[in-house]
Amino acid sequence: MVIYGVALLSFCMLTGVFVGDLLGDLIGVQANVGGVGIAMLLLIFLSNFSSHKLKLNPITETGIGFWSAMYIPIVVAMAAKQNVIAAVSSGWLAIVAGVAAVAASFAMIPVLARFGDGGQDDS
Amino acid sequence: MEGRMIPESLADVLTKNGLITAFVFVGVLVWLSYLLSERLTRGHIHGSAIAITIGLVLAYVGGSVTGGNQGIADFSLLAGVGIMGGAMFRDFAIVATAFGADVDALKRAGFVGAMSILIGVVLSFAVGAVVAIAFGYTDAISISTIGAGAATYIVGPVTGTALGAESGVIALSVAAGLTKSVLVMIGTPLIAPRIGLNNPHSALIYGGLMGTTSGVAGGLAATDPKLVPYGAMTATFYTGVGCLLAPSVLYLIVRAIVE
Repeated sequence: MVIYGVALLSFCMLTGVFVGDLLGDLIGVQANVGGVGIAMLLLIFLSNFSSHKLKLNPITETGIGFWSAMYIPIVVAMAAKQNVIAAVSSGWLAIVAGVAAVAASFAMIPVLARFGDGGQDDS
Repeated sequence: MEGRMIPESLADVLTKNGLITAFVFVGVLVWLSYLLSERLTRGHIHGSAIAITIGLVLAYVGGSVTGGNQGIADFSLLAGVGIMGGAMFRDFAIVATAFGADVDALKRAGFVGAMSILIGVVLSFAVGAVVAIAFGYTDAISISTIGAGAATYIVGPVTGTALGAESGVIALSVAAGLTKSVLVMIGTPLIAPRIGLNNPHSALIYGGLMGTTSGVAGGLAATDPKLVPYGAMTATFYTGVGCLLAPSVLYLIVRAIVE
């Protein structure tokens, strides 16, 4: 049933966000620490590692696949509801700080990517 | 007489079914964008990159017409776009993209991924702090708040509130974070080929360095949707790490330097 996939996905998200909130409380910051990331790991774990016990049938998978496919439209909606005006109209300091932070971070990607073992497909 | 009623009752239907209206609105927007991508750029610029850019332009228009802070969702007819593009559905869809992710790529990049988050927070904070100093700020609280805003628009106000910064500075820090997020959405597909952002490994690092969940979500969607789970995975830890470091260690360092 499709709802099994949707329910599993929802369960993972709620659990992840809850753990993220607890983590935030634990280290004393007013923010969710990695809730979505934990939810993703949980979903990967439940759908991969326990595959013999919890074999998802293809119809159940479509309940997750649908929301994965809705990702881009949702991001487009997210873009359309951003407070762009505040970003553009609050003066140069904010713009310069934002642009410089992005430029510096972009520049670091190739540097860091050389570390670790990412060299498997350098072609 | 009845003719005058039709527009009103149509608006009524669209408003009452806001989320469904948003599906139609975004559907048409995406369709148009892919058409533009194919016809005008022969597919060189990804359709989703165009859709996200148009979305941002519409958000600007919405904000300037209505004076609100929710972009186009401040038009009551399009309030559903705010629900569809809100944090709940965004995070739900991000989690869904993890389904089918390459587990080995995630395992391999564990250490570099964690490092990228740490470096990303410190780097953005430092850059923002230097810009704040260049613009004439001399007190450690304001400098740290603006630096934190250059990390993400959540880290900024959290840090500012924790340190007791003035509201004007907190607003600036939010604006710096918003600029970052918008720029990451637009800039990622343009810069991706030059920085080797084309595999799960570099996407993990990209997410950790950028950190803005909306920016990373939009940027990777416009570059290669297959990379989304990797970038989103690390980005989601960034704000928490930022909220941890900025008002504590990083603030103390700034204070030691400027005071």
